[in-house]
Amino acid sequence: MLRYFLKRLLSLVLSLLAASVVIFLALEVVPGDPAAYMLGLNAQEDTLNALREQLGLNGTLLERYLSWVGGLLTGDFGISYTYRTPVADMIGDRLWVSLPLALYALTLSTLIAFPAGIWAASRRGTYVDAGVMGVTQLGVAIPNFWFAMLMVLVFAINLRWFSAGGFAGWDAGFWAGMKSLTLPAIALALPQASILTRVMRSSLLDTLSEDFIRTARAKGLTKAQAMWRHALRNALIPVLTILGLQFSFLLAGAIIIENVFYLPGLGRLVFQAISARDLIVVESVVMLLVFAVIMVNFAVDLAYALVDPRLRRRAG
Amino acid sequence: MSLLSIENLSLSIHGTPVLKDVSMALEPGRVLGVIGESGSGKSMTAFSVLQLLPNGTACSGRVSLLGRDILTLSEVELCGLRGRDVGMVFQEPMTALNPLKTIGAQVAETILIHEKVSRADAMLRAAEALEKAELPQDRFPLSRYPHELSGGQRQRVVIAMAIALQPRLLIADEPTTALDVTTQAQILKLLKRLVIEDGIGLMLISHDLAVVADLADDLVIMRQGEVVEAGRSDDLFRNMQHPYSRALLEASGHVPDRHSRAQETPLLQVKNVVRDYVSHAHGLWGKVTHHRAVNNVSLEIRRGESLGLVGESGCGKSTLTRAILGLEEVQGGEILFDGLPVFTHHRANKAVRRRMQVVFQDPYGSFNPRWKVGRLITEPFHLLDTPPRGEERNRAIADALESVGLKAEDQHKYIHEFSGGQRQRIAVARALIIKPDLIILDEAVSALDVSVRAQVLDLLADLSDRFGLTYLFISHDLGVVRSITERVLVMKAGEIVEEGATATVFDAPQHPYTKKLVAAAPALPADVAVA
Repeated sequence: MLRYFLKRLLSLVLSLLAASVVIFLALEVVPGDPAAYMLGLNAQEDTLNALREQLGLNGTLLERYLSWVGGLLTGDFGISYTYRTPVADMIGDRLWVSLPLALYALTLSTLIAFPAGIWAASRRGTYVDAGVMGVTQLGVAIPNFWFAMLMVLVFAINLRWFSAGGFAGWDAGFWAGMKSLTLPAIALALPQASILTRVMRSSLLDTLSEDFIRTARAKGLTKAQAMWRHALRNALIPVLTILGLQFSFLLAGAIIIENVFYLPGLGRLVFQAISARDLIVVESVVMLLVFAVIMVNFAVDLAYALVDPRLRRRAG
Repeated sequence: MSLLSIENLSLSIHGTPVLKDVSMALEPGRVLGVIGESGSGKSMTAFSVLQLLPNGTACSGRVSLLGRDILTLSEVELCGLRGRDVGMVFQEPMTALNPLKTIGAQVAETILIHEKVSRADAMLRAAEALEKAELPQDRFPLSRYPHELSGGQRQRVVIAMAIALQPRLLIADEPTTALDVTTQAQILKLLKRLVIEDGIGLMLISHDLAVVADLADDLVIMRQGEVVEAGRSDDLFRNMQHPYSRALLEASGHVPDRHSRAQETPLLQVKNVVRDYVSHAHGLWGKVTHHRAVNNVSLEIRRGESLGLVGESGCGKSTLTRAILGLEEVQGGEILFDGLPVFTHHRANKAVRRRMQVVFQDPYGSFNPRWKVGRLITEPFHLLDTPPRGEERNRAIADALESVGLKAEDQHKYIHEFSGGQRQRIAVARALIIKPDLIILDEAVSALDVSVRAQVLDLLADLSDRFGLTYLFISHDLGVVRSITERVLVMKAGEIVEEGATATVFDAPQHPYTKKLVAAAPALPADVAVA
């Protein structure tokens, strides 16, 4: 187990290193000089130089890479070119919206998908199964921004249960914050839950046709007992993979939903930064997202080992 | 009162009849052998005793276990009966256990389901059951997971699960078909011991007459859902009436007619071949170790000869096959085909490679289900520099299919439209299409029913006569090797331990390992006359 853990950890560090190099180089080759952009067209050459010096844009590629990575490690993400505020603070503020939103959506999606998938699988070929499959088909097909607008119309404008957009802030209290995240989380969770339900169902059906389920039934377990005790954990492995992918997507992929609901999240930040050519913000946010994705994958790998003893190689 | 009595059992699945008026009976302390080929309904008969049947199944007749009619019981009553009164052992031990649970938990579950005992007590009794199935606790503690055990050991765990509550009836459905001969002999011995010691009634289902012959007191022979013949096994073996039973008996000992013309020139020479694998390091900073799968093996096959290679799983015979085919590089020695190396510059030598073909065991898994037969069997053409096209290609396909007894039109069908035996014919056609000199048959008939196996063996003998083919016949089944090869090699732990004329090696084995193999191979009673 320790060996497996260390191996995964090593792969995590290497992936992060590789990602940082790629991100850094990609933004290096992007045309456009941030200093010129900030100072406008009429800037003097010496002023430009002074600003480049201040922003750390002079120096060799390696020097700039090392100072950027060194900054990341110490929590100094640099100063935004456009807002002139520390990038770390900007990201920190946004993360407090995006991370809870992603977790909220993921929780909803799991809470819907697990029971629905299990229900459909245990009643294979019945109306229940057909119904669940039909609804999830719709859930995958409906664009989530359209569904989001529909929810705004019904729950915010007609019923006035929720506000139509904006974020109340955590200062207003936990529940107020959660309330403003509820509609966006549902909109995000709908397609994810649909996909997860289908994965759960098919994975469970595959497992239920395995020989060891027949063995369990021959021992005297009922169908339900065989499913809960033997099939479910075996069926979880593909589900975990999808779950990991979905979390990464939710963290970064909420740009449209954040725009629909006017949420100050990471997606909107990176969108604005790209339009303003605020490369240092883009770099940092992208690196942070890559970090999150790699961490989630690491966690999923560890979860595999918890579920599956075959991955826990005995040490010694 | 019988322990189990099945009277006029008929069964249909979604209206398709599967069993017709099946009757049989079993007394405590006796063994009932149920024999039949695939589709004979023997497994369905077993599953109807447990009522573990597919959806849409309708049963009629009477299945009474200890005087209770199973067909009238509710699902709840049936759950109380399965595992307690009837234990079941399955064919495929590699997949019969839940990979995520320890063997202790899985055996204890049988007890916990049926009795109100503490988990600790159940674990103690699980340990006893495993001991009884000959898995001693010091070597196989309850905390082991299935993947840490071999096939034979897993089958013992399944048996321990089935006997944990000392059921009156044990049903074993092809319990040893997936196992090596020596493991098979041990498992059969264990089952026999349980019958004698505990007075269990055993229903032993098999396609192999020889496996059942040694153990069964009574026999039932089934075909297409019906019982064709039944009786006490010693009488039945000596006095078979039904033509099907006689055909089955004949097929199981079938020796094809071969006119060997082995020449003196060697076709394949394997000289001092060594094949190492890097195995996983143990411990955190453990050293990487090498596992030697093939150790200093030398062999020679003469043109036109049929050579057997026998050995148990893990002995290195498949590794050797891959090396001969030039699929993997060897770490020592050399392999020459007609004087040319099979491996040059770290790559398979194409000039040699196209003169060898292989036929694998699994007639189901070795074909792409989305390709038509015509495309499947022309796959070896990629080994040719100028593959035939158009009319020439069609003729090659037709020739190959016709030479294995199929029709040229079959090239337009998909593989699922064929039976197991026909699929294996198609596999042979695929090997034949580029007119190779050597065909390696890697357990090529092991998955087939005896009668189909006899037909495929006849086909192979006929083809070697017609095309002067050379065979390397790899199998764990000594009976088959005996019937089709002139010379045999016995392999153990990566080394050839014995070599000689097939009849001599099997009749008077010299090496202790060969003796053990020959002794373990199931055989029909010596005085049974094969018609």
